[in-house]
Amino acid sequence: METLKRLFRINISPLVWKVFRRHLIVFSRNWKVNISFNFFEPLLYLTALGIGLGAYVHPIEGVPYLNYLAPGLVASSAVFATAYECTYGTFIRMEFQKTFHAMVATPVSMDDVIAGEILYGVFKSVLYSLVILAVIFALGLVKSPWTLLIPCVMFVGGALFAILSIIWTGLVPNIESFNYYFSLVMTPLFLFSGVFFPLTGMSIIVQKIVWISPLYHLVNITRGMILGRVGISLVWDLIWMIVAVLILLPVPFYLMRRLMIR
Amino acid sequence: MDIVIAESLLKQYNGFTAVREVNFTIRDRECFGFLGPNGAGKTSLVKMIYGFSPVTSGKLTVFGMDVKTNIRDIKRLLGVVPQENNLDPDLKVLQNLLVYASYFGIDARLARERAEELLEFFGLKEKAGEIVESLSGGMKRRLVIARALINKPGLLILDEPTTGLDPQARHMVWQRLRLLKEQGVTLILTTHYMEEASQLCDRLVIMNLGEILVEGTPQKLVADYIDETSGQIVQEKKEQPATLEDVFLKLTGRKLQD
Ligand SMILES: Nc1ncnc2c1ncn2[C@@H]1O[C@H](COP(=O)(O)OP(=O)(O)OP(=O)(O)O)[C@@H](O)[C@H]1O
Ligand SMILES: [Mg+2]
Repeated sequence: METLKRLFRINISPLVWKVFRRHLIVFSRNWKVNISFNFFEPLLYLTALGIGLGAYVHPIEGVPYLNYLAPGLVASSAVFATAYECTYGTFIRMEFQKTFHAMVATPVSMDDVIAGEILYGVFKSVLYSLVILAVIFALGLVKSPWTLLIPCVMFVGGALFAILSIIWTGLVPNIESFNYYFSLVMTPLFLFSGVFFPLTGMSIIVQKIVWISPLYHLVNITRGMILGRVGISLVWDLIWMIVAVLILLPVPFYLMRRLMIR
Repeated sequence: MDIVIAESLLKQYNGFTAVREVNFTIRDRECFGFLGPNGAGKTSLVKMIYGFSPVTSGKLTVFGMDVKTNIRDIKRLLGVVPQENNLDPDLKVLQNLLVYASYFGIDARLARERAEELLEFFGLKEKAGEIVESLSGGMKRRLVIARALINKPGLLILDEPTTGLDPQARHMVWQRLRLLKEQGVTLILTTHYMEEASQLCDRLVIMNLGEILVEGTPQKLVADYIDETSGQIVQEKKEQPATLEDVFLKLTGRKLQD
């Protein structure tokens, strides 16, 4: 009961924005490098799989493979950027740089610090989705003005992956464990969330399991919007993500408090 | 007015007792020292004062407010120099001060004014645009102290401010701290240098294994010690007057620095 109470007592103030601003200042110092690295990987996938492999693949859901793949990569690149930030990035700030300790000696609370980390994670998803979107737009792969709403969707997707990543960081706070996060959580999500192929071809059990993948819902929405195939099912995907964010939101605060405050 | 009041203050980490029901008060505008060897509980104690570490039991008020309920308001009035430097390596020297100021909600223009003053005061003006990693140990320490002053705190908490500095750098820090005290800042200082304690502190306590052994002015502690041990030690140490180190040695049978 006490634990439950502590879980929901989140002590946040407007100083969150100052914490977030600190991250933006650091980001702005080398944003060019950051962004160009993030360009690179999705471009590799687009050329190797979209164009290379795509030449041998039938159109999927009525569109050429390149068009099918590109929206998936927008979603996956975005959440990977967030996942890196909220594992390695968060851990380095917390453990090696003692940035959290410095912040909480000011009126900033530990919860402000964690909220700042989540916001920074959201920022990364939104920004990198825009970067990849710009690329696929230039390649003529964007088919619908619904695409303009993608940053809003990435806000939710980014928040969800920031929360998941900080939960991992709070549960297994050491730098080696992040390898496992990426090989056991992020890579399976990347491969089996409909980024590369539709799951309708797989058994019904697999399709049921995939329903719990947060990336699956994000990919559905992103693809629907970019290809202009917007229907009621996308609303359900969005609701799924919002509900997941709301349910999980207190957990990273609780775990990080437990870790840092002794 | 008393700035800090601790009553039966206890700190435990999973059952391990680091601070054992200590009592002390720290007065306005004094420099109060916690002197003790490694593991005495100095850091645990000051971390409770600046709200990093929750009080296990007992009462702790700072500026008349309870740390359990008003920590944000308390922290507004504090400057903290932690034992471990935690400057932001992702930011330049001046930026470190400006960003830190923003955590207090200090507006950007005022922050810049103060930051430049402080860099001047601590002899770091030429380093304003450098990365933190390029500073020497002594410069980093001075920058941490400068950072702690950005909000013009009424109480400055210094956890071993000069550990690891060479004598010259140490004297420079001491001189700055004396100036701050003259300006009316209350200081809390932890140290295991008895010289530091006797140079700076108006009153101090000697701690060991989580307990406060004695409390008083540096002079009184030394004088009491000589009285008690009468002629014998005085004779032994004819050319060398007794120091806090001797007091500590007598109380605990241990040396301050190992
Ligand atoms: N987070 C923690 N978890 C468990 N034990 C701790 C923690 N922090 C400190 N301790 C223990 O509490 C005791 C007091 O530690 P503290 O750091 O307060 O000593 P100190 O007087 O500051 O020593 P030093 O001169 O080495 O800085 C030590 O035995 C230490 O091992
Ligand atoms: Mg200490």
